[in-house]
Amino acid sequence: MSDMMRLVGPLIPALRRYARALLRNPVDADDLVQDCLERAVSRWHQRRPDGDARTWLYAILHNLAISQLRQRTRRGPHLAVEDAPEASLAIAPSQDDGLRHRDLMAALDTLPGEQRGVLLLVTVEGLSYAETAQVLAIPVGTVMSRLSRARDRMIQLMDGESGSTPAKRPLLRRVK
Amino acid sequence: MTLRPIGEDDLHALVDERLDTARRSEVEAYLAANPEARARVDRLRTLGRDLRTAFAPVATEPVPGRLNLAHIVEARRRPRLQASARQAAAAAMLLAVGGLGGWGLHGALAPAGVDALAQEASASFAVYAPDRTRPVELAANDSAELARWFSARLDRKVGVPDLSSAGFRLMGGRLIATPHGPAGLLMYDDHRGTRFVVLMRPMAEPGDAPMREHRFGSAIGYAWAQAGLGYSLVGAAEPAVLHPLANTIRRITTTNT
Repeated sequence: MSDMMRLVGPLIPALRRYARALLRNPVDADDLVQDCLERAVSRWHQRRPDGDARTWLYAILHNLAISQLRQRTRRGPHLAVEDAPEASLAIAPSQDDGLRHRDLMAALDTLPGEQRGVLLLVTVEGLSYAETAQVLAIPVGTVMSRLSRARDRMIQLMDGESGSTPAKRPLLRRVK
Repeated sequence: MTLRPIGEDDLHALVDERLDTARRSEVEAYLAANPEARARVDRLRTLGRDLRTAFAPVATEPVPGRLNLAHIVEARRRPRLQASARQAAAAAMLLAVGGLGGWGLHGALAPAGVDALAQEASASFAVYAPDRTRPVELAANDSAELARWFSARLDRKVGVPDLSSAGFRLMGGRLIATPHGPAGLLMYDDHRGTRFVVLMRPMAEPGDAPMREHRFGSAIGYAWAQAGLGYSLVGAAEPAVLHPLANTIRRITTTNT
């Protein structure tokens, strides 16, 4: 039990960050982390003792998030007053950064859940490709292709069509 | 030296700092000769930096109490208490309804003296003891602060009884509102997660009142007054557990104040 406290406790701030970035609504995100921690506590003894607690927790959180995102799609977007874009921004942007931040968030929101997960795990959470593959239970090759598509799409949306479009890209993906 | 062709994956891996030193210098050499690829790598880096900056503040926010791992572990250990606390909540509801008539018959129109104490403590027990998220407002790790807070708001010096020798740990406390002004509410639990509360507030009458047992549903309590300060202990445990605790608290608070 104390093992769990020692390993899981310090990861909670990062789990909140990942949940917030995936769902964007702070209350939903913390609900998700709470579900995740409750599961982690009840299943701690089932986890492989040599396994990595960090990827195990991200995997629980991610699976919960995906099922919630699916429900959201089914129900249609739920937007109460307090969920208006300003309220779900992770930071209160300054006047100068406001527009860019809004573009960034808008672009992130258009990504399919599977691409968003990869992009956030690698870029924001700093997981390696192998760890990301483990969290999402997909091959590393799929991590790479989703990452590439997620980044292309973000840049296209933010910079407009004149930006780095796939057609202008100097390189072709290696075929595996 | 035969160079492996530089691929899209290499650019991502460079941005994500996942290349070994040898490959990294190959990719960097390639970028030096290809301004378009260089620009793309720069753009990928900016994107990553923007995302990290956008979400970094979340990780430095204080973690809300309901995500406290110790609380979550604790909450899982006590399905039993939750059932009895639900009964206590039902009892409190009856009390609220009965306040119009039933309790009025007891003495004056509203309960007074230690009966009022008993009612306030039982209602607080029903509300806060089953709370998994924030059973207390101020945690026990600063019991001196708790005592200072209560003393200031109750306008007299009060202590926070240490019941660890009886096997109960102080969880913390909160201030509650009563028809007789503010009251301090302390919560304790044992290693099985059994909780009880102790309410304290100044009485309208100075002096002492003898200890009385009271029951609301499954919640059992003991109320008394001592030098104008009223106490009521309420829990869902047996009288054999609670009564000695009440006596211990009365003894401790007598010697302290």
